[in-house]
Amino acid sequence: MESPEASSTSSEPSTPMHCEVPLRPAAGVPARAAPAGGPKVEIRGLSFFYGKHQALHDIDLDIQDRQITAFIGPSGCGKSTLLRALNRIYELYPGQRATGKIMFGGRNLLERAGDVNRLRSKVGMVFQRPTPFPMSVQDNISFGVQLYERLSRPDMEARVQWALEKAALWDEVKDKLRQDGTALSGGQQQRLCIARAVAVKPDILLLDEPASALDPISTQKIEQLITELKKDYTIAIVTHNMQQAARVSNYTAFMYLGHLVEFGDTKKMFTKPAQQQTEEYITGRFG
Amino acid sequence: MNLYARRRVVNWVCLTLSILATLFGLFWLFWLLWTLFRNGVQWIRPQLFVESTPPPGANGGLANAIVGSVILTIVGVGIGAPAGILAGTYLAEFGRTSRLGWIVRFVNDILLSAPSIIIGVFVYGLIVLRVGHFSGWAGAVALALIVLPVVVRTTENMMRLVPDSLREAAAALGAPSWKITIVIVYRSALPGIMTGVLLAMARISGETAPLLFTALNNQFWSTDMSRPFPNLPVVIFQFAMSPYEDWQHLAWAGALLITFTILIINIVARTILRRTKS
Repeated sequence: MESPEASSTSSEPSTPMHCEVPLRPAAGVPARAAPAGGPKVEIRGLSFFYGKHQALHDIDLDIQDRQITAFIGPSGCGKSTLLRALNRIYELYPGQRATGKIMFGGRNLLERAGDVNRLRSKVGMVFQRPTPFPMSVQDNISFGVQLYERLSRPDMEARVQWALEKAALWDEVKDKLRQDGTALSGGQQQRLCIARAVAVKPDILLLDEPASALDPISTQKIEQLITELKKDYTIAIVTHNMQQAARVSNYTAFMYLGHLVEFGDTKKMFTKPAQQQTEEYITGRFG
Repeated sequence: MNLYARRRVVNWVCLTLSILATLFGLFWLFWLLWTLFRNGVQWIRPQLFVESTPPPGANGGLANAIVGSVILTIVGVGIGAPAGILAGTYLAEFGRTSRLGWIVRFVNDILLSAPSIIIGVFVYGLIVLRVGHFSGWAGAVALALIVLPVVVRTTENMMRLVPDSLREAAAALGAPSWKITIVIVYRSALPGIMTGVLLAMARISGETAPLLFTALNNQFWSTDMSRPFPNLPVVIFQFAMSPYEDWQHLAWAGALLITFTILIINIVARTILRRTKS
């Protein structure tokens, strides 16, 4: 069985070999986004349940390689739930389950057989609130790296610096690598979390409202960072901020009540949305 | 304005009642400490820590009882705390919603409120009767049974205080659950868990009832835990009840010693907790 890790050895997009997946057009999805780097993740017929409550209904969606896909929609529409299915983080809680297919690296990542920890090392996630571990800045970053790589001390230090530079945090913390990560400011903590996610060199980065708890300046830094990271990573971002979605993303998915209402090129979504509902949400008439 | 005035009156009344209630509690505490201090401090002498408990009418100290109590406490905590921490970890991390977790939690609450003399009698039946004589080990086991539920409860509570977002963040990096528990959750909850262990230690260092049935006492210097074992609480109990004045003096000194030791352990435990919370 091919592990999701296999796809990471080459940074080339995985060729879609799974013809068994029926490409049925879902209701309310008029156009599938044109592949730029090819799809990295293909979601087919994804439904999600919190106990008996169904939070996602039959979602079909492609996440393009090294592009930024934004998920927008009113609270409770299922955007975070969708993101949380992509690394199976929902499995930490009993009673939550997903059905359907999420093809990644040539296999359905929802299949039980897969090693979920290895999957998560390939699909990084940054949460709404900064979650630094109660340890030094340096250890915060090396924690994840150590799980899957044996690095010598200088190599690890180089990796820490590399990740902090990627997250535009190095200049601010290079003199306090041994300080506690929880002592940093909110914006710095969030960039530390991004650095931590980047450090393990995942294929995909899931960002769940990464800037919603931050001030405007930190938000701007994070947005610049996201655009920067696009060169190397496939990014899926959930946001409540329309302008943010319009500014940073290549593709936008609008969700409502657990359904994918519209998905397409961000420019088109924000100028000429195909669906009435999308237009109303984007222009602030509901949600 | 009427509403505001009313609120101020209610506030004043409640605040006054709260202060009075606090003073009521503190009054007895300080009276107790003062009585102990007044009667005990004059008998705190160097020989207390050097000489063993004397026969009536002779000079002596409490050295054997002090050392015995320290050993019993350490061994009791050494047996009870690891088991308690592991059980608390199970409850907080793995058995949160399971039926077994629910049962363990329920039984633990019963054990927590079990009278300590019952625990003493239980260990008497379990160990002393079978072995045929009182022993330090039996005493330590009885104390461990008192430590256990306290540590289970505090460990679970402290680990529950660690936000799930931290567990998620570690899991999102691909960390297996044992690593999340040990590296992330323990690290966050450690001060709280240590506080629980210290409070349990404070609790058992003054326990008398379970030791009466298990370790009993030993008038002589002994570090052999398979024999009856000297300890402060039982010495205080025996000496205070005796008709001999010099024994009663030693009992006062011992009571003062043990009370202030417990007080200090409590203060240390709470300081650790407060320092990490701020």
